[in-house]
Amino acid sequence: MTLASRVIPCLDIRDGRVVKGVRFQSLRDAGDPVECAALYQDQGADEIVLLDVSATPEGRGNALETVRRVRATLSIPLTVGGGVRSADDAASLLGAGADKIGVNTAAVRRPALIEEIAERFGSQCAVLAVDAAATGSGGWEVVVESGHTRTGIDVGQWCRKATARGAGEILLTSWDRDGTRDGYDLDLVAAVSGAVTVPVIASGGANNAGHLLEALRAGASAVLVASILHDGDTTVGHLKKALTQGGVVVRP
Amino acid sequence: MSDIVIVPTGTANIASVAAAFRRLGVEPTESTRSDEIERAAGVVVPGVGAFAAAMDRVDSTRLRVALTERINEGRATLVVCVGMQLLCAASEESPGIAGLGVIDDRVERFDSEERVPQLGWNRVEPPRNSRFLEPGWAYFANSYRLRQAPDGWAAATTGYGGEFVSALERDDVLACQFHPELSGAWGARVLGRWMATTKETA
Repeated sequence: MTLASRVIPCLDIRDGRVVKGVRFQSLRDAGDPVECAALYQDQGADEIVLLDVSATPEGRGNALETVRRVRATLSIPLTVGGGVRSADDAASLLGAGADKIGVNTAAVRRPALIEEIAERFGSQCAVLAVDAAATGSGGWEVVVESGHTRTGIDVGQWCRKATARGAGEILLTSWDRDGTRDGYDLDLVAAVSGAVTVPVIASGGANNAGHLLEALRAGASAVLVASILHDGDTTVGHLKKALTQGGVVVRP
Repeated sequence: MSDIVIVPTGTANIASVAAAFRRLGVEPTESTRSDEIERAAGVVVPGVGAFAAAMDRVDSTRLRVALTERINEGRATLVVCVGMQLLCAASEESPGIAGLGVIDDRVERFDSEERVPQLGWNRVEPPRNSRFLEPGWAYFANSYRLRQAPDGWAAATTGYGGEFVSALERDDVLACQFHPELSGAWGARVLGRWMATTKETA
């Protein structure tokens, strides 16, 4: 037997509500996080990712409460990211019921953050979230601050460096494809999956089960989906059924 | 009454474990006091993080003897993930650190052809006549594992770069390399069956 490929719904949270945008902008309301998480769990989701996209300290306080409420109903793993700057931030989220912690901008600014979280809570808890934008010369650079800032850092190199520091999983989002429904950036997925030995979660651009299948074949261990679920175009169950028909092992 | 005591191993995701028991209608408490560990109807040792850190926590709270006795007496005890590894004598992860040694073996890192850590859902094949497990999918998050079933324990197995021991049962002791608290309805049934044994011994 083998490890099942995972289908992971992602909830972007702002001020206690699920929101969804295109390329991290023009956010619109997509429901209550507890209801969404419970619905996707019932549909067969393998994990849930919550990304706090709140812009304010008050919003962040709400995020802890959201994690608590989601945890109460959720019996599958919960990854929480967004604005994590220290191991103490991670501890607060774990205390509220997160199982894994995603770090992004703060880890780019201060890579030791990855080690601090991995040493205190284990590598399996430290998820490196990377937002990758195509450079136009065939590569990808890391973008931070919700896509506002391009860093010039090569995505593959950053992922290798982060796993050496203890990141146990890569949540790889194509900034160019996020919310566009044009399909995952398969070259990006293949490049990063080949560059690291930890699992890679492909994110950004899914419109149908065919896109999921392509990303898993390109080397991803899991696929993140958001818009197509929030809009009710499909369900996790339908996606997993199609993956099974495509020869992928999923948890039934 | 089945009072469930969770031993905070310092780094574990206690919140997820506690939430899983609450969904089963039980409010667990936390304690590192050996008299409470001795007395409790059921004791849970969750675990994430490193072997050395978790073992250090067990020793600094002087729980080595209380936990070892409970397990050797076969009293209702649930150990999860690194918690299961602590039963062994040692781990490749933390050379020179002594585990509880209830199992005379050493946990080793997964073979490198697989992605490590193992993160995700994998099949569990229970031992014959298992009291706690049914065949199904469980959520794993580990880089190290026990390869061989120890004598005197009934072992569940899972494949990842070869077969490894995904759970062990002996009397009312259940050791899970997977996370039952994160394994959906299947995991909730595992916890429920284990909880039923805590009532018998209370």
